[in-house]
Amino acid sequence: MGSGLLDEDTAAALPEGRRLEGRGVPWRERLFQLGLWASLAVGVVFLASLLVYVVVEAWPRLDLRILTHFPDIIDPSNAGAQSAVMGTIWVIAFTALYCLPTGILTAIYLEEYADPHRWYNRVVEINIQNLAAVPSIVYGILGLGIIARGMGFGQTVLTASLTLSLLVLPTVIIAAREAIRAVPQSIREASLALGATRWQTIRRQVLPAAVPGMATGSILALSRAIGEAAPLLLLGGLAFITFNPSGLDSPFTVLPIQIFNWISQSRAEFISLASAAIVVLLVILLAMNSLAIWLRNHYSHRW
Amino acid sequence: MTDATDRPDPVEGTDPAPHEAATATPARARPAATAPDRPADSRTPRVAFRDARPPSGVPVFEVGGVSVFYGDHEAVRDVNMTIENRQITAMIGPSGCGKSTMIRCFNRMNDLIPTARVTGKIRYHNEDLYGRDVDPIEVRRRIGMVFQKPNPFPKSVYDNIAYGPRVGGFKGNLDDLVEETLTHAALWDEVKAGLKRSALALSGGQQQRLCIARTIAVKPEVILMDEPCSALDPIATAKIEDLMEHLAQEFTIIVVTHNMQQAARVSHRTAFFTSDIDEAGVRHGRLVEYDETARIFSNPSDQRTEDYISGRFG
Repeated sequence: MGSGLLDEDTAAALPEGRRLEGRGVPWRERLFQLGLWASLAVGVVFLASLLVYVVVEAWPRLDLRILTHFPDIIDPSNAGAQSAVMGTIWVIAFTALYCLPTGILTAIYLEEYADPHRWYNRVVEINIQNLAAVPSIVYGILGLGIIARGMGFGQTVLTASLTLSLLVLPTVIIAAREAIRAVPQSIREASLALGATRWQTIRRQVLPAAVPGMATGSILALSRAIGEAAPLLLLGGLAFITFNPSGLDSPFTVLPIQIFNWISQSRAEFISLASAAIVVLLVILLAMNSLAIWLRNHYSHRW
Repeated sequence: MTDATDRPDPVEGTDPAPHEAATATPARARPAATAPDRPADSRTPRVAFRDARPPSGVPVFEVGGVSVFYGDHEAVRDVNMTIENRQITAMIGPSGCGKSTMIRCFNRMNDLIPTARVTGKIRYHNEDLYGRDVDPIEVRRRIGMVFQKPNPFPKSVYDNIAYGPRVGGFKGNLDDLVEETLTHAALWDEVKAGLKRSALALSGGQQQRLCIARTIAVKPEVILMDEPCSALDPIATAKIEDLMEHLAQEFTIIVVTHNMQQAARVSHRTAFFTSDIDEAGVRHGRLVEYDETARIFSNPSDQRTEDYISGRFG
């Protein structure tokens, strides 16, 4: 210590211009970082203030009655949104039932079987990309015209979940394809080289490895479907439903419609009721997204 | 050594002399055969050679006039060779010479590439490997394959071994089969305590030996190895080479390698591939010389082989 190579004044002995000290972070870089933080702040601040606003508005009515009571047009002080919560659960459950198998099977076909050089596969591909960008209200019109009227299913849970299935199907397909594509080719080759058939390879290697990614993507797609009001407004109209769905052929309401309904009322009690329903919807969405994140972190593969 | 052989392009790179040699016409392909008195200072790697067993007379594969196309491009042109039973056949040559493409013909892995097409004849025990009634699945059960990068399934060690037998409809005691296979592959002592642990937790060398074990679990006759040691360190490589030697008593092994010393150490017969450029400027992989390993490395009959093994190009 204190002697030899690490003597303090060896550094000082170096001629000017050979030192290691730099000129600090250049101002451009600081400015850039500042810009990054500012954009981040815009999103976070907006979301936070929205949440605070909604919770404050909802505070007088934020209790269990929102879940246990039914909507009441005469007496808002004792009304709830049970029929809408149950309607949301029914609709989303059947949406998942229709769109997940269809979407995943389509993705398997496109990734594992389709020859991308064939024109019809390219047409399907372009179609899916485009469908993902179609506004949801268009799906509502489609659902009303074809499913509700054309097929005669009426304005029911069945129609609503079929319509929402169509709406999120492209998203599910794209997410599932990405999950399948993330499975390394070497795994498929290893399986096939052992004399496995194509189906065995998909069933035993590709799908298990792709499930976490598929689940994550699908849940996020369903979260989007839960929040959709536009297509269902066309389907269910503004029907005032004061009972839970009893089956696929039952009329229904869902949270976004109920919220829309209450917001358009003039009395202040309805506004806090609507805010309380928004909080319920947000809780459901956050729960689903957390599940997606949890799935991704716990079951994702490292190769 | 390995680095030197890893250099990507033999034809476009380096000095003009090997370039000339590599593009030489077949007409002047065998001048060295008339010059057996090679100078003693030849830079041929000095290693002990394995004696080729006398040909058994029962070839496993007979390759006749095989060319492989990717789309319109003829990646490998007109290969003729015979693979002997229970011997290790090495395929060496610079990158891009088509040796990997060639080895994937033997278990029809090229079928998986939509644009790939194989012409010519490959006979496997007098059966046309590309015959109309041949099921590639059945082919791959008889002719297993080990890949360049260890690619165990993201499952337990046990399930990796059991996978092949399971998909093949194996009826019997899987536990016994797994133990027998792992013992055979000299891996049992290392993994017996952790059969249920993920195969991905093993070291790279162990993973590759697991992949070899997984291949022999379906009891194939032939094992194809496509650069099985290129991702491994020398110690793991030595273990794999020992294993190959051991397995050659029961299996016919074809190994593609970048490492000439490895070919010299483990193989009985060696095929040297290179790529040449035709009149249209298109590169094709070619089989230049195929002989007993000892002869390829001590007294090759083609100038290009001589240049390659003495490290003058590639």
